[in-house]
Amino acid sequence: MKGTIKIDGEFCKECLLCTTVCKNQNLRPAAELNSKGFHPIELKEDADCNGCALCAVVCPEVAIEVYRE
Amino acid sequence: MKNIFSRPKSLKKAAFHYCAGCGHSITHRLIAEAIDELGIQDRAIGIPPAGCAVIAYNYFDVDMLEAPHGRGCAVATGMKRVLPDRIIFSYQGDGDLAAIGTAETMHAANRGENITVIFINNAVYGMTGGQMAPTTLLGQVSTTTPPGRSALLDGHPIHLSEILGQLPGTRYIERCAVNSPANITRAKRAIKKAFKCQMDGAGFSLVEILSQCPTNWKMTPVNACRWVTETMAKEFPLGVIKDLKAQAPTS
Repeated sequence: MKGTIKIDGEFCKECLLCTTVCKNQNLRPAAELNSKGFHPIELKEDADCNGCALCAVVCPEVAIEVYRE
Repeated sequence: MKNIFSRPKSLKKAAFHYCAGCGHSITHRLIAEAIDELGIQDRAIGIPPAGCAVIAYNYFDVDMLEAPHGRGCAVATGMKRVLPDRIIFSYQGDGDLAAIGTAETMHAANRGENITVIFINNAVYGMTGGQMAPTTLLGQVSTTTPPGRSALLDGHPIHLSEILGQLPGTRYIERCAVNSPANITRAKRAIKKAFKCQMDGAGFSLVEILSQCPTNWKMTPVNACRWVTETMAKEFPLGVIKDLKAQAPTS
């Protein structure tokens, strides 16, 4: 992985905008709920993240931090 | 690994009260990023509107002063004249700016007040439950236009940015959207340019943001973003409406 993201699950409202912009389809809603009752987004185990930050750019809740090598 | 994207310094670590996918949240972040990048956190003063963003002061880590409904530009005028070294921005929705506050906005723009206005256009009254706003599109269903807005009965959507663009006092007006990564990047550039316009003492700047309102449009956030491009941007075309920033302000 060239990059990775850190998601604050408590901030996520499951709007799914990030899942539509990720070119590698790395994101999906988690099985468990957060305290607001949403399924927060998580990075798939086999994710191939290149740290493009598009998910963070569209995230309304500023729940995503992006790291790149 | 190096951190390349995180929460801007001027945005408090507080969860937004906005609905999932709301354009307000994205615009808040863009304003905070612009404030950080211009290094004006200690001298920026924001004016939240009446509307969904009424408690925007809970999110921005800059000074904020609440204005009465629609009076953002009037309050900003006073603040800028008393504190000319501060960067004053008014954050207003379409109900606030284009309906109840039209007079204040028009006259502040016409006087060429050196302030920045962020105009959130989501084509409905969001906070009160999705009633028809002046900017509601023809045929658009709202709670007060159940069969869709009719030109005969309800009039046409108002294009306030174009109207303001005709006034000699305005310097920089651009319409953007926050429904895709490319549009979000453009919107941020426009917000930064508007602040820069004020910092250079050039005069009145306004950035209109077409903002998705999934809840009141009765759409998923993803469909609402699509609707902005496919329908809303046809009525309100994106782009620069006026840019006289390069010219010297009139004395």
